[in-house]
Amino acid sequence: MLLYALKRLGLALIITAVALILLISMIQLIPGDPAAVLLGPLASPEMREMFRQQMGLDQPALVQIARFFGRVLTGDLGTDVLTNRSVLVTVMEQVPFTLALIFASITWSALIGIPLGCFAALYRGSLADRIVGILSVSSIALPSFVIAIYGLLLFSVKLGWFPTIGAGDRGAPLDQLYHLVLPSLAVGLGWVGYLARMVRASMLEVLSENHVRMARAFGLEERTITYRYALKIAIIPTVVLLGMGVGNMISSAVFAEIVFARPGVGKLIFDAISTRNYPVVMGAVMITTGFYVLCTLIADLVAAGLDPRVRSTL
Amino acid sequence: MSPLLDIKGLSVSFRTPRGDLKALRDVALQVGRGEIVGIIGESGCGKSTLINAIIGLLPANTGAVKGHIGFDGQELVGLPINAMRKLRGERITTIFQDPMTALNPVLTIGAQMTAIQYRRRASTSEKRRRAIEFLEKVRMPDAARRLDQYPHQFSGGMRQRICIAMALLTEPDLLIADEPTTALDATLEVQVIHLLRELQRDIGCSVLFISHHLGAVAELCGRVAIMYAGEVVEQGTAGDIFRDPRHPYTRKLLECDPGRITERQEILPTIPGELPDLVHVPQGCIFRDRCPERFALCGERPPEVTVRPGHQAACHKARELVAS
Ligand SMILES: Nc1ncnc2c1ncn2[C@@H]1O[C@H](COP(=O)(O)OP(=O)(O)OP(=O)(O)O)[C@@H](O)[C@H]1O
Ligand SMILES: [Mg+2]
Repeated sequence: MLLYALKRLGLALIITAVALILLISMIQLIPGDPAAVLLGPLASPEMREMFRQQMGLDQPALVQIARFFGRVLTGDLGTDVLTNRSVLVTVMEQVPFTLALIFASITWSALIGIPLGCFAALYRGSLADRIVGILSVSSIALPSFVIAIYGLLLFSVKLGWFPTIGAGDRGAPLDQLYHLVLPSLAVGLGWVGYLARMVRASMLEVLSENHVRMARAFGLEERTITYRYALKIAIIPTVVLLGMGVGNMISSAVFAEIVFARPGVGKLIFDAISTRNYPVVMGAVMITTGFYVLCTLIADLVAAGLDPRVRSTL
Repeated sequence: MSPLLDIKGLSVSFRTPRGDLKALRDVALQVGRGEIVGIIGESGCGKSTLINAIIGLLPANTGAVKGHIGFDGQELVGLPINAMRKLRGERITTIFQDPMTALNPVLTIGAQMTAIQYRRRASTSEKRRRAIEFLEKVRMPDAARRLDQYPHQFSGGMRQRICIAMALLTEPDLLIADEPTTALDATLEVQVIHLLRELQRDIGCSVLFISHHLGAVAELCGRVAIMYAGEVVEQGTAGDIFRDPRHPYTRKLLECDPGRITERQEILPTIPGELPDLVHVPQGCIFRDRCPERFALCGERPPEVTVRPGHQAACHKARELVAS
């Protein structure tokens, strides 16, 4: 397990490095003068020159890449063009909000979706299974921004049950949690259906495998078979999916953060793009990339913890 | 004393899109106490269906199950699930066809071997000790250490031994082995068969041994039943069946198996023709279309001819077909 973890960590570092190289090559590949493109038509030649020097765009590509890595490694992601603050600080200020949103969404959707999937698999073909199926597919089909907007209109504006905007008062966890309800509903709802479908399918597959029949032939109780023998296998693809899904959630978080005017990385990127605050966009993208790699790393490690066969691969 | 397992008139059908597939028709079979009975038949003749019917694990699309399965005086057909579950792994234990997939891949051997002892009032360490004891019985080297390994760390032969150890650990009255050696190579097969016999002697259980390898059956079993397309066409002592077969299908099987006991490469002897369609089962003798002895009477259902006490063959010509 330790060996696997080390190898997997190495892989994660390589992936991050490749992602960063791709990111920086993209700047190189932009036709014409990147400074002109990135700063927009209104920028004066002096501004462009300054920007070019600031970004090191006047240097040869390899030097740029090397410098870039050097800076990233020391935590220097550049300076915010508008406020002149460190990008790292700007982005990191927003990270907890997005993390809270994503974590809340994943948690509640997993807590509901996974048992629902197990239930549907155990009672396959029943009315309950069909109802769960229909609800799941509809929840997957609904885009999260639609849920966000309608949730906002119905529960906050019309019924007044939940706050409309913001992330709650600093240092008041309950208030912050209260502010999380609607956004995490929007981000997580599709996942409930997705997870339920996924768990149901893999559970059905596992339950039809030979070793389950063998366990039954030994008279083990259905409960033991379901939760100890089958779920441990059926959950593995779901864990891996969740790891990647968290990365995916960042994009639905963008919508939720905008609709609910919540602070967060999504909103930060959105605002930075509209103000052409290029270093902030870059920094935020880098950090979300790192976050994504971290999530898949954790998911893979959990999967390896569950499945001994995974440990001996890689 | 009544036989331990007494199957009479057992019929099982599966619902399929084409109609009811009659996988077993009017099967009769007995297994006495301490007896080893072999079932031989080519692929698709209903061997696994028979076992699944006995242990109550027929697939979801099973249609009608008719007839009787008596186990130690208890009727198993229609037995409630919970009563059936009490018998499984306690009095009837099964070793399945494919050792590669029979073990749970994410639990250690030790965890699985202790889990099946859930009925015993014993501490986990006692259960582990018992698991090690039985792994040693099936000659697993270094059993105590390997107990904490996962199935993928064992070879096919080793996994089959683990399955056998698990089955015996429960000290059943009836051990059912569904082609336990098909997935193994020749030397391993011989080893496993010796092992099964040795352990059967130790424990004194009855064994229902299923195989399409004639040599293995001849080596191990006292009595043999030959199945064809969902029917038992002939049964008798191993001596009767292998020396004086009376059903043309049995004769063909033996003919196509020159090595019998020593050789083992054959997968299945080839008999010209195909298995009949089990959705539209033809009238009369089921083997008629492929039978070299076919004559006018075969359009009628053949009688169960008793060749000698304990040796029956379902063929009109059973009395005439003497060993050449
Ligand atoms: N769930 C099912 N639905 C429909 N038909 C089935 C089902 N299970 C088995 N059958 C059919 O019933 C017949 C008997 O199958 P069974 O698995 O018992 O054969 P078998 O003798 O064990 O063969 P093998 O040696 O290949 O294991 C076959 O014709 C098979 O196609
Ligand atoms: Mg079979």
